Amino acid sequence: MKSSLDPSRLAPADMFRASLIGLRTRRLRSILSGLGIVIGIAAMVGVLGLSESSKSDLLAQLDQLGTNMLRIEAGSGIGIGTGELPDESVAMVGRIAPVEQVASISEVDASVYRNDLVPAGRTGGITVKAVDTNLLATLQGRMASGVFLDEAASDLPVVVLGSVAAERLGVADGSNGTIVWLGDEWFSVVGVMATLDLSPDLDRAALISYPTAETFLDHDGVPSTIYVRSDPDDIDAVRSVLPATVNPESPDEVEVTRPSDALEAKEAADQAFTNLLLGLGAVALLVGGVGIANVMVISVLERRGEIGLRRALGATRRHISIQFLGESLILATLGGLGGVALGSAVTAIYAWSQGWGVLIPTIAVAGGMAAALIIGVIAGLYPAMRAARVSPTEALRTL
Amino acid sequence: MGSVAPTAEPVDTRTVLALSGVTKRYPGTPPVHALRGVDLDIQSGELVAIVGPSGSGKSTLLHVIGTLDRASAGTVSVAGFDVDQLNDKQLSSLRSRYIGFVFQQFFLLAGESALDNVADGLLYTGMALSERRLLAEEALEQVGLASRMGHEATKLSGGERQRVAIARALIGTPDIILADEPTGNLDSKSGEDVVRLIEDLNTRGTTIVVITHDRQIAARFPRRVSLLDGRIIEDTGVVAQEPTP
Ligand SMILES: Nc1ncnc2c1ncn2[C@@H]1O[C@H](COP(=O)(O)OP(=O)(O)O)[C@@H](O)[C@H]1O
Ligand SMILES: [Mg+2]
Repeated sequence: MKSSLDPSRLAPADMFRASLIGLRTRRLRSILSGLGIVIGIAAMVGVLGLSESSKSDLLAQLDQLGTNMLRIEAGSGIGIGTGELPDESVAMVGRIAPVEQVASISEVDASVYRNDLVPAGRTGGITVKAVDTNLLATLQGRMASGVFLDEAASDLPVVVLGSVAAERLGVADGSNGTIVWLGDEWFSVVGVMATLDLSPDLDRAALISYPTAETFLDHDGVPSTIYVRSDPDDIDAVRSVLPATVNPESPDEVEVTRPSDALEAKEAADQAFTNLLLGLGAVALLVGGVGIANVMVISVLERRGEIGLRRALGATRRHISIQFLGESLILATLGGLGGVALGSAVTAIYAWSQGWGVLIPTIAVAGGMAAALIIGVIAGLYPAMRAARVSPTEALRTL
Repeated sequence: MGSVAPTAEPVDTRTVLALSGVTKRYPGTPPVHALRGVDLDIQSGELVAIVGPSGSGKSTLLHVIGTLDRASAGTVSVAGFDVDQLNDKQLSSLRSRYIGFVFQQFFLLAGESALDNVADGLLYTGMALSERRLLAEEALEQVGLASRMGHEATKLSGGERQRVAIARALIGTPDIILADEPTGNLDSKSGEDVVRLIEDLNTRGTTIVVITHDRQIAARFPRRVSLLDGRIIEDTGVVAQEPTP
């Protein structure tokens, strides 16, 4: 009797070709079953891409606005009520070494109207504030039109409007001398500020200088809010000494915040949302995997004859299982590629429409593809096992 | 390859197939005895018809000979290998190189050309596709389908499809070709063509075992083995050789 026998072999290229047969002959079904993976991966890539793109936009914004600004307000507690800071606090704060700029704001008890015919009280939510002339510089804000308050105009009836206030008062351009009714005087609008990301309350305000407030409105000038720019390296130290500096008697009544924290907190909230969407993407992926497995199991049942033939041609059980596993893997890979392409396209289009830089993180692409491959293997395992277990004699008896 | 087949026999013949006391029992209540003590020797170059009514055990016998199934008892040797001594992987290998199959249902792969279907006959030998295609061309020429190579196999006529399947069994010159009801799905004209092709291939030296329930076809073959209820009830014996004294 002969004894030596070379094992059956399937060349890798042939293995690949064999795994493609199902996809070639059952195209529509394959496309449909791969769709779940496409959607899942697209969702994950899109979500990560958009979150990265918006984050990079936010970082650029933070970079531009600076994270070295602090906002000081009188705390609102029992018996504090006034919402005012001590008179000398601006000077005291300015004496802290790392502080580079200080600007204060004081609430003025007056209203501003488009003209003297508007009934009193219909302020449109616009407040009047007396401010230091270096406020805009301290906030690193920009003018949309016109100029900010300066020393030269400091006791003239001139006003600068926040972006929302300008819109509500119907002032489109701050540089052509529109007049508004403020207190009991006509004030000239000399400028309109661009939107201030770090102090949105000023967007809804009409700003006048302290001397103007004193001259025309009898305002006492007690500050309610102070903005501080400090050396970025010493921001924490400055922050910790501010309450006692502003109000040595009751530092508890002083509230210090960093406005850029709010933007970061918004980003953190976005992150939570991103995680939720990622979870949904993962669910879609899972459903996609189940879809592939389901279609493959049906395919194995339908292709019993082919399996029987292959066994007759010398395929081992392993060859059969690898063929079906390969089919599932190819399907998932194609789905993954489609998903990455779709997700990237969605990210690019949306980021572009938002004016963000397009950022598709490689981790999302690599992770998406890896997820697709893993799903492909897992989805293919059971059908491949079923295929390998098909009895060749029974398969060949089927008509 | 391994050592030489040891059985004493004339130098110019070679036993391709030797079954001795083969039974096949399918478990169940009651168990089915599909084969009951089959002894069968087939020499190289023979053309053998295995005939019998439906359910007599012909397909079972073919599966056992083709190593797709193992006998419940008895010994089977194919192409000089003792099947009992081989594991499943080795049996797969044996089929890929030494045995060709032809089935009633053709079992051609959809979406593939006739040429590639034939080339699949050597798929599991690990031979490169280009090489297999060259051999497939030759095989298709042998079955008279040289002009149909590029056609999609499953779109050919029934007779042509069976000839493609025969070419697939033929490629790589196996020691034995096993055909289970090869004319079962064909009209009489195509069936006749296929029988002629089988006879033709045999005269060129191929060993072929044809299972059929068609006594007229069987009658044309030099050797007939009749099965009934899992037993050989008649074997016209080896014709090409003189019976041993
Ligand atoms: N897997 C199986 N389980 C139980 N009985 C089977 C099985 N396969 C075949 N048989 C039985 O074995 C007998 C022989 O079947 P088969 O070899 O297909 O006969 P033939 O090909 O001559 O028609 C039949 O009675 C059939 O029902
Ligand atoms: Mg049968």
